[in-house]
Amino acid sequence: MDQQGARQSGWSWWYLLFVIQFIASLWVGTYNRADPTWIGIPFFYWYQMLWIILGGVLTAIVYFATDA
Amino acid sequence: MQEVNWTALIIFILLFLFITILGFVAAHWRKGDLDQLHEWGLAGRRFGTFITWFLIGGDLYTAYTFVAVPALAFGAGAIAFFAVPYTIMIYPILFLAFPRLWYVCHKHRYITAADFVHGRFGNRWLALAVAVTGIVATLPYIALQLVGLQVVIGGMGVVGNGYAGDVPLIIAFIILAAFTYTSGLRAPASIAVVKDLLIYTTAFAVVIAVPIQLGGFANVFAKVPPAKLLLAVPGANTTGAYGVYATLALGSALALFLYPHSITGILSASSGHVIRRNAALLPGYSFMLGLLALVGFFAIATGVGGLPEFASGFKRFGNSFAVPALFLHTFPSWFVGVAFAAVGIGALVPAAIMSIASANLYTRNIHREFFNKNPTDKQESQMAKWVSLIVKLGALVFIIFVPTQYAIYLQLLGGIWIIQTVPSVMLGVYTRWFHPWALFIGWLVGIVMGTWMFIAAKLAPNYPLVIAGHGFPGYSALYTVILNLAVTIVLSALFNLFTKSRADQTVAADYRP
Repeated sequence: MDQQGARQSGWSWWYLLFVIQFIASLWVGTYNRADPTWIGIPFFYWYQMLWIILGGVLTAIVYFATDA
Repeated sequence: MQEVNWTALIIFILLFLFITILGFVAAHWRKGDLDQLHEWGLAGRRFGTFITWFLIGGDLYTAYTFVAVPALAFGAGAIAFFAVPYTIMIYPILFLAFPRLWYVCHKHRYITAADFVHGRFGNRWLALAVAVTGIVATLPYIALQLVGLQVVIGGMGVVGNGYAGDVPLIIAFIILAAFTYTSGLRAPASIAVVKDLLIYTTAFAVVIAVPIQLGGFANVFAKVPPAKLLLAVPGANTTGAYGVYATLALGSALALFLYPHSITGILSASSGHVIRRNAALLPGYSFMLGLLALVGFFAIATGVGGLPEFASGFKRFGNSFAVPALFLHTFPSWFVGVAFAAVGIGALVPAAIMSIASANLYTRNIHREFFNKNPTDKQESQMAKWVSLIVKLGALVFIIFVPTQYAIYLQLLGGIWIIQTVPSVMLGVYTRWFHPWALFIGWLVGIVMGTWMFIAAKLAPNYPLVIAGHGFPGYSALYTVILNLAVTIVLSALFNLFTKSRADQTVAADYRP
């Protein structure tokens, strides 16, 4: 019944996972630095590239969790 | 004077011929009656996950993006990377709001965002505001796609005196106009597949080849001036560059899917599921965009900006020439042809979708609403075909006769304008509580204040906002949409006291599978 209610309103608690990638992206002070580098790429650049992949993974998790 | 690079030019022309044929043949693909607007303008809403991935990818990650983002990195450094958090945040937004828009539009046979707003809030003037905002924001965007094309054509040494230099651009334009007119959305959808394969090939080639030539990423970044490598740390009492970076990313992310060409791409999908699935798959393009932003640093590291053979290109196109110069410097001629064709075709795909989207808006929400209320299906699709031509011709004339910088200003303003449709479109799929006139006034306040901030900031998208002595320099689009929303909420609360009921064509069940 509860599940039915959630489906009706269109809300799922899984959506809160999206908050993580917003915080990671918008909190610029946490990643505006050069070290540690990875294969010569400064942290600022590889960290944000990594979040593209993590963001895709989080979206996939939400997709599968809410698709049932 | 740069010589014509014949090998590159021939490869470029062959690839262009190929996509031209593809564009015309596409009319027969998943055949539908192209005398109906939803067939011409939305390809019958039949695209599955795979084609939608290419279509939306080809639509959003435009040639201009591929030239402008590295150009910004080349010129201004780390700030250009805001494109990465921007593309990280767009997909949750796509996942949450836009499947709902798809379902309601499918149910009621809406083909534009303005159709939806009209149905939801029952106010033709609000719908007109959404339609006009969409068209006005899109036109300079189309023009800038042509700039991308101009830069690579110039890069191959095809330059003429005066307007003769624009002949190749005009030819490309005629190709674009003809296949869009004939095949509608099916043309850019089929070409997008070719374009994206070329772009991916080019992106990976450059990201692998250049660091090897330069002896690794460490050497590349060692050559980038420290001031460009990271954002400036904010001083006391201001959010400084961090605030600029974050607001640019968030504001751009909120605006992106409201552009008519984005919505056209979304609505042509075959179900809301296809959109949700693509929200998880499209980050593949973001990753490539991140790689291409790095290409701006490669251009710094190889020192193409100081090489005499590229001096005339940089003089003509400014920093936008950084990417073509790097390609010319790094790759053999035949691959330069492939890479430039990727950029050139990458300009045609979004330009086609943008012109179709603008044509849909004009036909449905302006012409049908205010001039000819009962067109036949055939008249309606014929009107859209003509408008798509006029829109592209306008962009071409603009690019040939007006300095490019004006198109850039207008495109930046377009972002500030289109975001003002967040309350009526993006939030409208969740709630009917907003009063249509409150939405209208909120929109107007946002447009006026956003335009004012842009001018006050000396024609720049970032406004030096100060609140109680604390500085919040940041993207005007984000600040003004917050203001817009505040006005909309306050006035809705007020107006709703006096208005008993309103005409909402939609019910809650329309927004779900």
